[in-house]
Amino acid sequence: MQPSPVRDFLVGLFVLAGLGALAYLTFQVGGLSWRGNGGLTVYAAFDDVGGLKQRSPVSISGVKVGEVSGVELDELLRARVVLELDGTLEVPADSAARILTSGVLGDQFVALEPGAEDDILQSGDEIELTESALSIERLIGRFVNDAGLKEE
Amino acid sequence: MRGVIERIGLRALEAVSELGRMGVFVGGFVRAGVLPRYRVRRFMDELFDVGVLSLAIICLSGLTVGAVLALQGYYNLARFGAEGSLGAVVGLVLVRELGPVLTALLVTGRAASAMAAQIATMVTTEQLDGLRMMSVDPLDFVISPKALAMAVAMPLLNALFIVFAIFGGYVVGVSYLGLDAGQYWTSLEGAIVFAQDIAGSVLKSVVFGILIAIIATYRGYTAEPTAAGVSAATTGTVVTGSVAVLVFDYAITALWGV
Repeated sequence: MQPSPVRDFLVGLFVLAGLGALAYLTFQVGGLSWRGNGGLTVYAAFDDVGGLKQRSPVSISGVKVGEVSGVELDELLRARVVLELDGTLEVPADSAARILTSGVLGDQFVALEPGAEDDILQSGDEIELTESALSIERLIGRFVNDAGLKEE
Repeated sequence: MRGVIERIGLRALEAVSELGRMGVFVGGFVRAGVLPRYRVRRFMDELFDVGVLSLAIICLSGLTVGAVLALQGYYNLARFGAEGSLGAVVGLVLVRELGPVLTALLVTGRAASAMAAQIATMVTTEQLDGLRMMSVDPLDFVISPKALAMAVAMPLLNALFIVFAIFGGYVVGVSYLGLDAGQYWTSLEGAIVFAQDIAGSVLKSVVFGILIAIIATYRGYTAEPTAAGVSAATTGTVVTGSVAVLVFDYAITALWGV
C-alpha cells in the first residue's frame, strides 16, 4: 500500500479518540483519582454499615464532599470505613459521621455533621462519633420488645 | 460399531493436532512480531483497516444500544419507582458486558472476516509463496501486523462504544423520557468502580482482541487454496470467533467476577 499522510493522520486520530474514551471512563466514570492530590483520607468505625459500599457518597448538609473508598473489618470486628474527602475541606475534629438512607431504593451514604472544635480533621484521623445504619429488622425488634414490656 | 469408535478417536486426535498447529502458528507470528525488524508502516495500515474503518459501525451501534437500554431500563425501573437508577443500570450493563462483547462481535463481522478473506486469497493466489521466494517471512510481513492491529484496536473501540452508548442512553433518558440529568450521571458514576468494572472491561476486550486476531489469521493462513477455501475461512472466522468470544466472556466473568 502507498504511504499516505491522510491515512496516518486518521489512524493517529483514532488512537487519540480511543485513549480519550478510555481516560474518560477511567477518571470520570470509574472515579479513579490521582493519588496524593491533596485528598483528605479519614476513617470511621461503625457497628453496622448496612448497604454502604465503595463509591457511596459522603456529604455535609446534603452537599457531596467525597466518597467511601473502602469498607473493611478492623481488629475489634467493627466495620472500618475509609472516607476520601475533598482536600480543601476544613472539618472540625469532633464531627460526627452517620449512615443515612436516601431514595426509595435505599442507597446509603455517610453524612458528616460538623462539630464545634477549632482543630480540624487531618488525613489519617479517625472520626470518633459515629452512628450506624438504621436497620429495619432491629427497629421492629426493638418496637416489639417495648410493646411486650408495657403489657406486663 | 468399531468404525464409529475409531472415527471418534481420529476426530479427537485431529482436534489436538489442530490446537498444536495453532500454537506453533501463534508462536511463529509472536516471535516474528517481537524480533526486529518492526513493520511499523504495515501495522499502521492494518490499524487503519481494523480501527478507523470500524469506527462508523461501532459509534452508530453504541448510540442505538445505549438508547434502547435506556428505553427498556426506564420502563422496567419505573414499575418500582426507581427511574433514578437508570444511569447505574445502563452504565453497569455496558461496561461489564455489552461493551466488550458487542464490540468484539461487530469487529468479528466487520474486520476479522475481511482479514481472514484477505489472507486466504493471498494463500490461493500464491502471494504468500511469492513472499517466501523473496525470503520475506509472511508471518512477519503479513500476519503479525494484522494480529497486533486487532489486539490494539479492540480495547480502543470498546471504550468508544461504551462512551457513545452512555451518551445514547443520556439522550433517550434525559432528553426524551425527561429524567433529571444530574441523577443520570450521579447514579452512573456512583455505580461504576474502576478496579472492578472498567479494568474488567478493558481486560475482556484485550482478551477478545487477541482471540479474534488468532482465529482470523489462523483460519486465513490455513485456508484451502480454492474459492471454496476462501469462503470457508471467512465463515469459519465469524462462527468460531463469535462463539469463542461468548464462551470466553462467560469464563472471564465466572473466574474473576468482572
